[in-house]
Amino acid sequence: MAGVSSTHRVYIATMYRLSASELTKRFGSRKVFSGITFDVMTGEVLAIVGPNGSGKSTLLMTILGELRPSKGTVVFADDRGVLTEADVQRTTSLVSPYLNLYDSLSGEENLVFFSQVAGAQITGKEVNALLERVGLEGRGPDLVRAYSSGMKQRLKYALALMNEPQYLFLDEPTSNLDESGKKIVYDIVEEYREKAVVVIATNEQEDQRFASQFCRLGS
Amino acid sequence: MIWQWVLFVAMGVLIVMSFITPAPQQQIGESSRIFYYHIPQAWLAVVAFATSMIYSIRYLKRREASLDDRAAIANALGLVFAILATVTGAMFAKVTWGTYWNWDPRQTSIFVLLLIYGAYFSLRGAVTGDERRAAMSAVYSIFAFPPAVFLMFVFPRLTPSLHPSDTIVDKNMKFAMTTDVASILFGSLVLFTVLYIWMFNLAARVYKMERARREDD
Amino acid sequence: MPVNSAGLVAKTIAVYAKDVRLEFRNRYATSVVLMFAITTLAMISFSIGQGSLAPRLLAALFWIALFFSAMAGLSAAFVREEESGTALALRLKADPTAVYLGKLLFNLTLLSLVTVVVTPLFFVMTDAATDQIGAFVVVLLLGVIGLCAATTLVGAIISKAAVKGALFSVLSFPILITLLLMLVAATARVLDGQSFGGILMELQGLFAYSVVMITASLMLFRFVWRE
Repeated sequence: MAGVSSTHRVYIATMYRLSASELTKRFGSRKVFSGITFDVMTGEVLAIVGPNGSGKSTLLMTILGELRPSKGTVVFADDRGVLTEADVQRTTSLVSPYLNLYDSLSGEENLVFFSQVAGAQITGKEVNALLERVGLEGRGPDLVRAYSSGMKQRLKYALALMNEPQYLFLDEPTSNLDESGKKIVYDIVEEYREKAVVVIATNEQEDQRFASQFCRLGS
Repeated sequence: MIWQWVLFVAMGVLIVMSFITPAPQQQIGESSRIFYYHIPQAWLAVVAFATSMIYSIRYLKRREASLDDRAAIANALGLVFAILATVTGAMFAKVTWGTYWNWDPRQTSIFVLLLIYGAYFSLRGAVTGDERRAAMSAVYSIFAFPPAVFLMFVFPRLTPSLHPSDTIVDKNMKFAMTTDVASILFGSLVLFTVLYIWMFNLAARVYKMERARREDD
Repeated sequence: MPVNSAGLVAKTIAVYAKDVRLEFRNRYATSVVLMFAITTLAMISFSIGQGSLAPRLLAALFWIALFFSAMAGLSAAFVREEESGTALALRLKADPTAVYLGKLLFNLTLLSLVTVVVTPLFFVMTDAATDQIGAFVVVLLLGVIGLCAATTLVGAIISKAAVKGALFSVLSFPILITLLLMLVAATARVLDGQSFGGILMELQGLFAYSVVMITASLMLFRFVWRE
């Protein structure tokens, strides 16, 4: 698996694409959103904005295939065509308040577990590099249970960057983070906007400055 | 609507015939008439179970709410017929063997069928969200099928049973019924099956209308 | 399902090892299941008193004790993922087949552990005896595999439901009756002194049951997991 992701870097020109057409989601008789259409490519940032309860997270989960759209389609594709389910899984990462890591594993163990389960084998050096990147150096052996909420958020970024994603989904990217945490996130977005499709669901003005496209909900 | 009148008249004739002809099983006597009703009920309980499994598979493939409706309806009808078959079976058991219930293999298998139907509806009640409820109950319906089939069709043949199994085909694999008895029984099977299909389609239409009304709100 | 058998073994082991590690640290399931098993055994022993029982009754009581222990603990593997909110991360990163197989292995380990504790206690408390140790162990093994084969998927189903505990037994029991009938029949014969020859049909049935239920689970699991 590690070999596969490095071949992707050889094809520097590979462009990834995410498009949605006429997405509608209803829970029973309640319509959460409807007619959502967008088309973003590697190098672009899509911001999903809207007030609380307008369905930003639901839209993200629908794009990720966690929820089934009531109508419409989502397509993940690269230069060669539509990606398989396994390819989407391999190239996608999510940071979200709904995504929890294992409390009774340490930060390191979480990273190692998720890399193994994805079929890769992460080295200790890579783990340390990831932890350092998100400002958790030295905290790797601690149980996640002992982390503060901001540290947990940082660990989610370490996990999200582990597979060098082509699609990076961020739901409320800076929640629970202090100033240095926010800076780390903005650095990450700055880096990945060049080499991946980035989708950010947020209300923070500051998070939205990266956006090249907007998707407004609940207006 | 003409065929519903045909069904009505035919059912009436069947009921009368089942009582005025000689009792189907001479040794057992009058009480053996119950098998004109008991066998179709047990048959439909099994048919409904299989119908539900097939619609469950189709639901998981196509994800159409109407297919989930049909799986649930088949199970509801199956529950009704399984209860009827259990009750008529227990009555017959009391009259001929002296006890209502003795864990005969046939009784065990219909009891398990009842439990599966009950479990299916408990599951539907416990899962929120239409799609999730549909998917979970479809999976359960399919998953419960193989062990139940084993219990219904293999187990009774492995274990000694008091249940009459030589009424239709005797031990020498010869047809054991008189023409009268056979025609009433098969008539009953056909009519009950038509009744089942009618109830099934009626319920499917009701469910469809209810959903249409919910989505209009 | 994306059939990618390359590395499936490694991924399965990763899920399994993770669950074992979590269980070691928290003992969510082990302590409850063991206590449940011991409680059930004690109740059986109380109600029997001094008298000795027929092999068939002993066999039934033995499997009732194991059935209840299984019901107490085998749903934990999936319920824990849903309740701690870790299922989302696992769904996004992991191959569903590896998740199912890892959990199946975990349940097998848990139930084997219970069986190892319960069986000697049962023999001591009920004064049962058999000289057919080999046949007994094989029946036991097939029983443990069968119980896990049927209940692991049901555990995944109930982890998505609002009421969990009672529902697990309600859904599992009808599926397990077939298995329990075969287990009781086989165990009774073994306690009666019969060897492999006397329980050949049951052994075939038990084996077939596990194969069918695991195959069905593998086909159905992704529909439960992705919901």
